[in-house]
Amino acid sequence: MSPGVIKVVIIGAYLAALVCLGLFSSRLFRGTSKDYLLASHSIGPFLLLMSLFGTTMTGFALVGSTGEAFAEGVGVYAMLASSSGIIHSLCFFLLGIKLWSWGKQYGYTTQIGFFRDRLGSDKIGLLLFPILVSLVIPYLLVGIISAGKAIEGATRGDFPMLTESGSIPPWLTELVICAVVLVYVFFGGMRGTAWANAFQTIVFMVLGVVAFYLIATGLAAKAVADGRAHETRDGQRVVRTEPPSGLMDSLHIVSQEIPKARRVRAEVDLSDQIETVEAPAQFRTRERMDPWLFLTYMLIPFSVGMFPHLFQHWLTAKNANAFKLPVVAHPVFILIVWIPCVLIGVWATTGLINIPPPIASDPNKVLGFMVKSLSGDVLGGFLLAGILAAIMSSLDSQFLCIGTMFTKDIVVHYSRENRFSDHQIVMISRGFIVAVVAATFLLSLTTIAQTRVFQLGIWCFSGFSSLFPLAFLAIYWRGLTKWGAYAGVATAASVWFWLFAASQFGAIENWSVDLTLGETTIHTMPVATIFILSTLATVIVSLVTPKPDAERLRKFFPVK
Amino acid sequence: MKYLVWGLVVLLVILHHDLWNWDNDRLVLGFLPVTLAYHAGISVAASIVWFMATKFAWPNDLEEMTESAATAEEAEALS
Repeated sequence: MSPGVIKVVIIGAYLAALVCLGLFSSRLFRGTSKDYLLASHSIGPFLLLMSLFGTTMTGFALVGSTGEAFAEGVGVYAMLASSSGIIHSLCFFLLGIKLWSWGKQYGYTTQIGFFRDRLGSDKIGLLLFPILVSLVIPYLLVGIISAGKAIEGATRGDFPMLTESGSIPPWLTELVICAVVLVYVFFGGMRGTAWANAFQTIVFMVLGVVAFYLIATGLAAKAVADGRAHETRDGQRVVRTEPPSGLMDSLHIVSQEIPKARRVRAEVDLSDQIETVEAPAQFRTRERMDPWLFLTYMLIPFSVGMFPHLFQHWLTAKNANAFKLPVVAHPVFILIVWIPCVLIGVWATTGLINIPPPIASDPNKVLGFMVKSLSGDVLGGFLLAGILAAIMSSLDSQFLCIGTMFTKDIVVHYSRENRFSDHQIVMISRGFIVAVVAATFLLSLTTIAQTRVFQLGIWCFSGFSSLFPLAFLAIYWRGLTKWGAYAGVATAASVWFWLFAASQFGAIENWSVDLTLGETTIHTMPVATIFILSTLATVIVSLVTPKPDAERLRKFFPVK
Repeated sequence: MKYLVWGLVVLLVILHHDLWNWDNDRLVLGFLPVTLAYHAGISVAASIVWFMATKFAWPNDLEEMTESAATAEEAEALS
């Protein structure tokens, strides 16, 4: 059996197992739309932890973090992962528990349902729906593109009959994973999604650690065999000849060449990276990274507060105590997934391994290439299944949530009472999901797929983050009015679009909003501008417009 | 204790901005860049702080209030 076929068989077996899981969980389906969409509020702490974590960790976390570490250096962990450990749990704590409580009391299924009731405004739904769907689509794209690129990088040369590079073409991978996720979401609904998430999260965390071990030891052994590894002996830097002895020794060998901080591609061409064993000096500091840019990056993880698919997961919790485990474990889980990926990305920048120019010029392919180069065919197949697991564990929730939003917030909301049966609601939901997935798949075939996954993700998350003030104020501020909410959402959407257009729709990498103070120019992430303006618009307009009625305020802010 | 927990969350945010590590190129334990090791520490510290939050700042009354309100809503819907 050829190496490529072995991988395809293993990945195929994994995808078949997922479909079986979806079919099995459908046997527990209680036949109601509440069960299909919210698993009847029955999800306990472990499943909630796994589904929340699996949903937030997508292609962005594995393929994107490795690629970004390859392109920019180790600073990527500080920029997004450690801050997410603080902010994600903060959102679960401040927003998740409260929204779960109101969702259970008042029967919400979607964010829009909550905002309509809280603000006493029907039209807020019409304003939010297209914005949320428009932001979920690039998020879906991040996952789908990541899967296509990872498999393309990992099967390079294995299938010469398929493409010029001998890889499985990205469109084929994308089509297959969309179909598999659709099947288990359709059959299993939210319960199937939660189970699949738990299964896939365990798979990608375990295989991630295995991949880290294999790549570290494999790279060290290869570097020594190729005469590329160095050691310091008697104060002299000499070529190392003894093979590595164990994991720690391998880590020492492969990490000694790490660019110690953020790396600036503009200053170093590919020949430097490929031919120079010792990392050039300019790789070794973070000095070119603006501290203000770093500071404002911290606003991006607030996006989880407005992810519609996370909102739906929050509502599935059996009780408030089910949130405790996700709140505590989430930061450490992020560490377990991100540190290996970031290290693998920066090892790839050193001269210990040759990264072919087609891979080096597309960082999304780096993880797949490292897996292919440094693990056997069988293990490589499992590791690729792990990468797909991480990606699919987000896609499923996103698929389900957009179907839910369409049926609940548009179709059912604007139809006369009892117009549709539960069965019809589920079918309408599935129809809309297929339409959005088809649109996303077609988009993935366009030039957008050439955008770096990380950059696309950052713009998408910036949009969601800009809506966080609305969610926070709706929960904690009695003074929020529907006019304030309209102003905040409209400001967030228009400023986001304006800045996104200024960045040539994400084509300019690392685009920032630059402010000049005297002789100093500071660089900030676009999210900071959108977040601040959206907050100001919401608060100022709320202060000068009529307050919500007293009965509504008593409902959400009862006097203790 | 509740205020201490929220104070620690703020402290974490401040410590996250490690300007003092900006130009530090040392490897911790011979393989982990110091900036990565420091921020791994921030992740572990975040878990500890959030554990304290579940112990000392958890809205314990919310569970009971939600269940009784949900039961009342269901009863009202049935009648």
